[in-house]
Amino acid sequence: VTQSSDQIFRREAGRMVAALTRVFGMDNLSLAEDVVQDAFVSALEVWKFRGIPENPSAWLMTAAKNRAISVLRRRRTAQSYESELSWYLQSEWTLTPAVEELFSPSAIKDDLLRMMFSCCHAQLSEEAQVSLILNILCGFSIEEVAQAFLSAHDAAQKRIVRAKGVLAKSKRLFDVKSEKEFVARLPTVQRALYLLFNEGYHGASSDAPVRRELCSEAMHLAALLLSHPAAATPTSHALAALMCLHAARLPARMDSSGDLVSLSNHDRSRWDQELISDGLKLLELAASGNELSEYHIEAAIAAIHAQADSMNATDWGEIVRLYDTLMALTPSPIVALNRAIAISQNEGPERGLKEIDAIVHGEWLESYPFYAAARGELELRCGQPEVAYRQFQKALSVARNDTERRFFGARLRQCEKADELRAYLEIFWDDAVSNYRDAAESRHWRA
Amino acid sequence: MQETMQKWVAWFKELGENGHIKDPGNPLEHGGTIVRGKEKTVTDGPYAEAKDVVNGYLVVEAKDLAQATELAKGCPNLAIGGSVEVRPIERLAR
Repeated sequence: VTQSSDQIFRREAGRMVAALTRVFGMDNLSLAEDVVQDAFVSALEVWKFRGIPENPSAWLMTAAKNRAISVLRRRRTAQSYESELSWYLQSEWTLTPAVEELFSPSAIKDDLLRMMFSCCHAQLSEEAQVSLILNILCGFSIEEVAQAFLSAHDAAQKRIVRAKGVLAKSKRLFDVKSEKEFVARLPTVQRALYLLFNEGYHGASSDAPVRRELCSEAMHLAALLLSHPAAATPTSHALAALMCLHAARLPARMDSSGDLVSLSNHDRSRWDQELISDGLKLLELAASGNELSEYHIEAAIAAIHAQADSMNATDWGEIVRLYDTLMALTPSPIVALNRAIAISQNEGPERGLKEIDAIVHGEWLESYPFYAAARGELELRCGQPEVAYRQFQKALSVARNDTERRFFGARLRQCEKADELRAYLEIFWDDAVSNYRDAAESRHWRA
Repeated sequence: MQETMQKWVAWFKELGENGHIKDPGNPLEHGGTIVRGKEKTVTDGPYAEAKDVVNGYLVVEAKDLAQATELAKGCPNLAIGGSVEVRPIERLAR
């Protein structure tokens, strides 16, 4: 019950805060968050005994709505609420219908969009803006925000607290109708949705690396973006395409025992063909205009994977070329790491290791488990199981959940096995060499 | 490859020809532009390479498929309920 109610809370938190911020105004953001927390607490109490209701989101919305109305009755300081609504909220006759209206599904859809754009406040850095969206609207914990940016917990917390302060001072919510501002803020909203999707695809949670519900929430919000004419740009389409094309692989990413499955072992028949065809259609829609975004390139890479019948049939050369372009467009050690792995598929593990060694600011990836794991993998393929073992130990030490720990643990055992195997093959090799020598010598003597 | 991808490729090419894409050059030399402001801005992403390819496979040299299959039986994966697929690797240009 706890885990599924967590999922529900995470999904509903954004909608509820968005609607409540409309009621209370941006300067009362913390009040809106408190009301949401109260609703969650009472839900836990009631659901513990009666079980999760059939429509939990409606239950939570009603709880939040009633709580909002009682707060408004107690604090008739309407001037501190958003001005366009204050008149309705002052009168007992209009208060309840006004709040009801704000909680209607169509209003909430707009509110969510408005709130996402409100988080992209001009006085905030892009990291702070994205952190806010993730924290307020996507239900990310501080720790999850920190991990998404590969930064420390304290830094993320400070950033979010400060950003909420700035947001609260802005008083008014962002006006979605002002097109110029809208376009300026769009990239940040896209970034936040990308990171939300990433958290679902394979994130840093201590519970589970893959959380499909976050992927579907990100895809839902991306669809919301596409439904708004000003937001339906080629880049938004590219973002939606990449989500579909990666999400298509999700059914094959975990096996029945909850373990991660490598791409080479994916049962590709389990890939979601409908999502692949949606993704390809969206990619086609993205291919217009003259703005090339990182999402365009990443979607194209995902499209190559999605259409390949096997690892061997994958066009790694094309993937490397796309990563080259991505490095030129948005250089980062993470992109460089992925490029290095693509190169290793194409030109062998030795070359891949050289590329990893050459990553600028590779040290930023020290706490990123896939960094050491990539080295370990390539060392193993180079026939260096002891070196690989140490790398997988490193990966294990920074693994973030049991699934990753199980996975790296299995890789460690594989290194041990490979080491034994190598010793065995060496004996075999030595025998073969001496047999050959003996044979050659006897031939020599015979001659 | 499907038609949709072809359309994307054509568009991508056209962008390049019109100078909309920065010259990729040697990507390793672009490192200097990573740092923005005081904070480092590395974000994670849903990449198939780091997150799915690494997990990979073990290259085992064996004289034939039968020996490889025999060797694969010793794979620790099996002990924990995993599976092992044995596939020959073609040596290209060696």
